[in-house]
Amino acid sequence: MTDKAQKKNAVTIVLFSGELDKAIAAFVIATAAASMGMKVSIFFTFWGLNAIKKKGGLIKGQDWMQKMLNVMNYRHAKRLALSNLNMMGMGPMMLKMMMSKKKVPPIDEFIKTAHSLGVKFYPCEMSLTVMGLAKKDLIDECQDIIGAVSYLSFAKDSEVNLFI
Amino acid sequence: MENFYVSRTLDARGLSCPMPSVKTALALEAMNKGEVLEILTDDPVSKKDLPVWAEATGNTLLDVKEDSGGIKIYLKKA
Repeated sequence: MTDKAQKKNAVTIVLFSGELDKAIAAFVIATAAASMGMKVSIFFTFWGLNAIKKKGGLIKGQDWMQKMLNVMNYRHAKRLALSNLNMMGMGPMMLKMMMSKKKVPPIDEFIKTAHSLGVKFYPCEMSLTVMGLAKKDLIDECQDIIGAVSYLSFAKDSEVNLFI
Repeated sequence: MENFYVSRTLDARGLSCPMPSVKTALALEAMNKGEVLEILTDDPVSKKDLPVWAEATGNTLLDVKEDSGGIKIYLKKA
C-alpha cells in the first residue's frame, strides 16, 4: 500500500476515551468517511473499549483489582457517560433526547451503520489484558485484537489519523 | 442546465449530518452508472456537504435547488 492514491483513501481513528460525546464524534467521522468510499479503521484502546463492550456480565477479570475496575467501569454503548455535564447520568439522558429530536442516530445505531459500511473495529490487546477482558466481552462486530505495531502499520498508510 | 431524467429520489428530510451522505452513498450504490439521484433534504449543511461528497467520490453534481419546500440536490452516478 505505498500507492499515493490508496494512501489518500484511508482513515484511522484511535478511540481512547470512553465517553458518549467522544464516541459520537468518532462514529460521525467514521461513517462520513466510509460514505465517501474511504477505508476506515477504528482502534479501541483503554476507556475507548467501553463503546464496544457487550451488555451484561458485571464481574469480569481474573484478580480482585480487575474485577473492581470492571464493576466500577461497567459500560456498554447504551450506558456511556458524558465527558462534561454528566450530572450523575442526567446529562447523557438529556443529550440522547436532544439527539433523537434532531434525528441524530443513537450510538448503538451508529455502530451498526459503521459496521455495515465496512468500518473495521480493532480492539487493543494490551488494554484488554490489563483490564482482564477478552474478545467474548466485546460486541461481535469487532475484528481481530491487535497491538500498537499493527495499528501503526495501518496509520502510516492512511492520510487521516485521529486520536479521540 | 441540461435536462435530465431522475431515476430515483432519496428522501433525507429530517436527517442530520452525517446521515444524508451515508444514505446517498447507499442509494447510489444500488443504481446504475449514468443514472440520476434526486436527494430531498432540509439540512442546510447538506447543501454544502453533498457537493463536496460528490467531488470526493467522483460523482457528478448536476444541480442544487432550494425553494420553500426544501433543498433538492441532483447527482449523476459515475
